[in-house]
Amino acid sequence: MPRIDFSPSIKTRPVYAALQSRGAAPALMLAEAEGAEALIELADADAAVMDRAHVIYIPGGSGHGARLKALAPKMYHESPSFDACLERYRKALGDAQMGTQLYLAGGEGALGRAMSEALAAGMPVEAIQTEHRGSIARRMQCVHCKGVTEGVTTDPFTCAHCGLTLFVRDHFSRRLGAFQGVCVDAETPGVVPAAQEIRP
Amino acid sequence: MSARMLRVAAVEPLTPLVTRFRFEDPEDRRLPLFSGGAHVVVEMPDADLLRRNAYSLISDPFDGSGYEIAVRREDTGRGGSRFMHTQVSAGDLLRVSEPVNLFALDLRARKHVMIAGGIGITPFLSQLKQLSRLQVPYELHYAARSRAEAAGLRLLNGAAHVHVHISEEGNRMDIGAILSGQPLGTHVYTCGPEGLIAGVEDAAARLGWPQGALHSEAFLSPPPGKPFEVTLARSGTTLTVGPHQSLLEAAEAAGVEIPWSCRGGACGQCESAVLDCHGRIEHNDHWLGEEDRNAQTKIMPCVSRFQGETLIIDR
Repeated sequence: MPRIDFSPSIKTRPVYAALQSRGAAPALMLAEAEGAEALIELADADAAVMDRAHVIYIPGGSGHGARLKALAPKMYHESPSFDACLERYRKALGDAQMGTQLYLAGGEGALGRAMSEALAAGMPVEAIQTEHRGSIARRMQCVHCKGVTEGVTTDPFTCAHCGLTLFVRDHFSRRLGAFQGVCVDAETPGVVPAAQEIRP
Repeated sequence: MSARMLRVAAVEPLTPLVTRFRFEDPEDRRLPLFSGGAHVVVEMPDADLLRRNAYSLISDPFDGSGYEIAVRREDTGRGGSRFMHTQVSAGDLLRVSEPVNLFALDLRARKHVMIAGGIGITPFLSQLKQLSRLQVPYELHYAARSRAEAAGLRLLNGAAHVHVHISEEGNRMDIGAILSGQPLGTHVYTCGPEGLIAGVEDAAARLGWPQGALHSEAFLSPPPGKPFEVTLARSGTTLTVGPHQSLLEAAEAAGVEIPWSCRGGACGQCESAVLDCHGRIEHNDHWLGEEDRNAQTKIMPCVSRFQGETLIIDR
């Protein structure tokens, strides 16, 4: 799957680069769906990166499991969803030490969530690398009710928690790992622009 | 830099080379509180010279009844510490600046690891008091050549997370071991000789620590050197910087004010543009980057010197 070029935006909007090997340091890697390809390319460039790596893969319909496992990471785990691997991921972060490298690859929603968990565990931001692969669907927090709606692909969209129609902003919270959604018709109730597919 | 006259309330030798000085307000007013790692600049009128040296505060940051510093006598230095040791006694009045902190704790850290070499223990003494109040996990490693030279021993509490490494007793500090296995969110602070700071940086880089988790403060005083001439373009004056004088002190003696804060090459306040330079600037600071150093377009008058034909700065 080709990489997506995101259009330049405000400073808060995350930018994603290609994963770079930081050698055979202890590593935690989480790949969601097409993100697996980023890990495969990472290991192609430097096989040693897998020597002490704990890989968590959430296939989400993609089928890269066999190839990922063949890279022979120190630990390999497949999980049906982010929620299903959350306890494992948190435990791995809790056991991590200064010097552990975190490699994240996948869609925007998974990257945001995985990053926010890592920061909450005290992981220094410089130890975290993110590469975007696959979905540009966003994880959105409603700034009014604080509920988080996953997988948002249109702008505006309806908050899954309070039902307000929300404008998709590029304003991102690293702490929450989510973009901010703001009521689109607060001044003119009921006047809602037509929903459009969000673009990279 | 605002400063006030303070009375020397106590002078106490801690080791043959290190003496503790306590300053209090002459009218017993409370002094501004500070944060762990802060320093003050003490003014020393020594004959026709006015020396200003920065010293870390070692007293409790939350105690405004006085400021305490520990001064190591450097017989090969420029004379500031010798002045403190030989000319200052209880009851004297000295001008002392308000505290400035260029070595503060990063309070986002989950744990603080402090590494001190020799007299580099001083900034940590106030940080320890702040940390024990905050009840944040920390460990301190203090390395000294010999027990007799380790002034910090008299000032440290005996807490289990304070580790003393006396190299003469074969108990050398193992930096790699200290940095291995630290939990996520740990920050490391180093104060001591350049070699110790470089050693911590090397070990941290080898173990994959990010730069943002590393902090250091070198106790830097203006190194002596050969005398040199400098022209201050805006002031229209040319002066000679003596062997035991800094460019900043020479400018001050000539009545030219250059803004300053640390006088130790760390804060960046006195950064000055170089307008013309035929020769080599001896950059002794921790402020300028590699590019600026090589380009010789900036100089830190507090610690840096010059050798060559002409140096003209924008002051």
